[in-house]
Amino acid sequence: MIIADLDPARLRRALAETGLGLRIGPFIVRLHSPIPSVAEGLGRLYGRYPVEIPPVFADIHMSLFPAGGLRRFYRPQVIFSNDGYSPFKPLPLVQAFPFFEWSLNWCVATHAHEYAIIHAAVVERAGRVAILAGAPGAGKSTLCAALIHRGWRLFSDEMALVSLSSGEIMPLPRPVSLKNASIDLIRRFAPAAVFGPVSADTHKGTVAHVRAPDDSVARAGEPGRAAWLLLPRYEAGAGLEVQPLGRARMLMELAAQTFNYHILGEAGFQALAQLVDASACYRLHYSRLEEAMGFFENLAQGSP
Amino acid sequence: MKRLRSLLATSLVEPARCRDYDLARWDLLLRQARRADLLGTLAERLAMAGVLETVPRRPALHLASARRLAARHREIVRWDVRCLREELTELDCPIVLLKGAAYVMADLPPAVGRLFSDVDILVPRERLERVEAVLLSKGWAFSKLDAYDQRYYRQWMHELPPMHHTRRHSSLDVHHNILPSTAVVTPDARLLLEAARPVDGGGDGRLAILAPADMVLHSATHLFFDGELEHGLRDLVDLDALLRHFGSDGDFLPTLAQRAEQLGLGRPLYYAAWNCHRFLRTPLPEAWLQALAVQAPAWPGRDFMQACFDRALQPDHASCRDAFSGLARWLLYVRSHALRMPLHLLLPHLARKAWRGHFGGRETV
Repeated sequence: MIIADLDPARLRRALAETGLGLRIGPFIVRLHSPIPSVAEGLGRLYGRYPVEIPPVFADIHMSLFPAGGLRRFYRPQVIFSNDGYSPFKPLPLVQAFPFFEWSLNWCVATHAHEYAIIHAAVVERAGRVAILAGAPGAGKSTLCAALIHRGWRLFSDEMALVSLSSGEIMPLPRPVSLKNASIDLIRRFAPAAVFGPVSADTHKGTVAHVRAPDDSVARAGEPGRAAWLLLPRYEAGAGLEVQPLGRARMLMELAAQTFNYHILGEAGFQALAQLVDASACYRLHYSRLEEAMGFFENLAQGSP
Repeated sequence: MKRLRSLLATSLVEPARCRDYDLARWDLLLRQARRADLLGTLAERLAMAGVLETVPRRPALHLASARRLAARHREIVRWDVRCLREELTELDCPIVLLKGAAYVMADLPPAVGRLFSDVDILVPRERLERVEAVLLSKGWAFSKLDAYDQRYYRQWMHELPPMHHTRRHSSLDVHHNILPSTAVVTPDARLLLEAARPVDGGGDGRLAILAPADMVLHSATHLFFDGELEHGLRDLVDLDALLRHFGSDGDFLPTLAQRAEQLGLGRPLYYAAWNCHRFLRTPLPEAWLQALAVQAPAWPGRDFMQACFDRALQPDHASCRDAFSGLARWLLYVRSHALRMPLHLLLPHLARKAWRGHFGGRETV
């Protein structure tokens, strides 16, 4: 069964009463919430994801509930709880769906230490994976949203899961999160892209999510191997500039972007070292998406 | 309460039972263990019982992840202790490691699979100022700089305000006793320091740990006297592991009871022993337990306290709560403070904490 098999009333009821078991990449996520906008967001962006009601076993237990107290009458808020533990302050109720996406990132990064988890956008072509790492605001998600509308398969716009046992990269396809000017940029670039609700005035500015392509969701169980490691940077008005990067330098950059590097110790270092050894490493400056797409097309054809 | 022994407590004591669990049971067990901060401990016990290979793939990944995290915590504690030893070389007094750091450095059973948040040390009171000065000169700083906190700790508590290292991001609590001077009993810290023994990896022998009986009493005091029971079951699991380990020496239990009397800690030992036996089936002789019971409060206080502990020592998970769990935890919280401080000091302090708890708080996403 997939989410799209449930009519909206059934989806809302199951989410509010027992919780849904969503199959997202390698994880089963149990989500429990009576908030209508969460059900709407799921219906719109997670239609093709396998679902179990209620799940027998879940890797991650999440709930999003309206906050109680007097404030609910004049400034309603939503609280995230990871099976009874709430690490974050409540957010305005209208941000419930993006809050789900942000909290799920936190859950994955704090639960799944069988992976080195790198803060990166990840796409694949013909079994070869490109990892776009770098600090927030460098334009990873924008590039990622563009690439998945030009024949690349979406692994994730947020985290690379590098298996410590096999060295493979596991897909974790989820909606791609776009901020501010990127939203209109991608609407123009890929008119076919399906957007979720737009949330203005979040702590990240205006945020909207683009639905993951059906093919990426259907093939979420097929891992790949890293071939390219890139540090993209958007610079307004700049021409495309590509610089090869030393492996040691790339390793340090990746380590700084690995959420659980401090937990993995030597195993984490080995995993990143293997990635760096197996991949071509570049620093990439861009401003025009079409130019950047040309570069990636050349990569895929084997002539950067 | 739904049942006295949670699925987690049963599985920790008899890991072999986990062979028969279906996925739904694994789901519940992992959730209870995570909330109780005992997932790593559970994983290590399953490994020692040879059960880990029979665990289905999905739960097994969580157990492996928890073992990895716990192993890393252990490494970090060892590293922190090594750094601390270097930083304190110029002091000529013993540095006694307490709780988690002591378990790790002495390779005691509770260290296996456990998570650690900070390093705790005990130093002689008359050397406290010197220790503080040396630490501040070596990159340690106070985590709470608020004038109220500083005064609260220095005036009433048995420790300096919590410190953190500005480069290593480690945390440190420096104690001069195991209970505050305002508490209804204050053990003589000199007795604890005199009985302390050197620990391997302590370099020139200045690093020490408490004597076995004192270690158990400190853990019991922390849980059943002034602690806030946030991690009640985890602390009880520590106590159980210590009692099983040291208890294999036949002289240990009588020594322990005597020492408790000498230090005025008979009541916490009574609670510790009885609850270990009750929740985790710690093998303790019936006669020895009965002898400790003279320390119990009179009826009906005894039954009332037990009803509170029966709830507060459950994993802090929805599946282990009943209508009175919240009240029981709250009463024990108030009790722990009331035992620590007389009422005229306590009330303003709690009011202040409540105010700050309401307006301070958690991270934003």
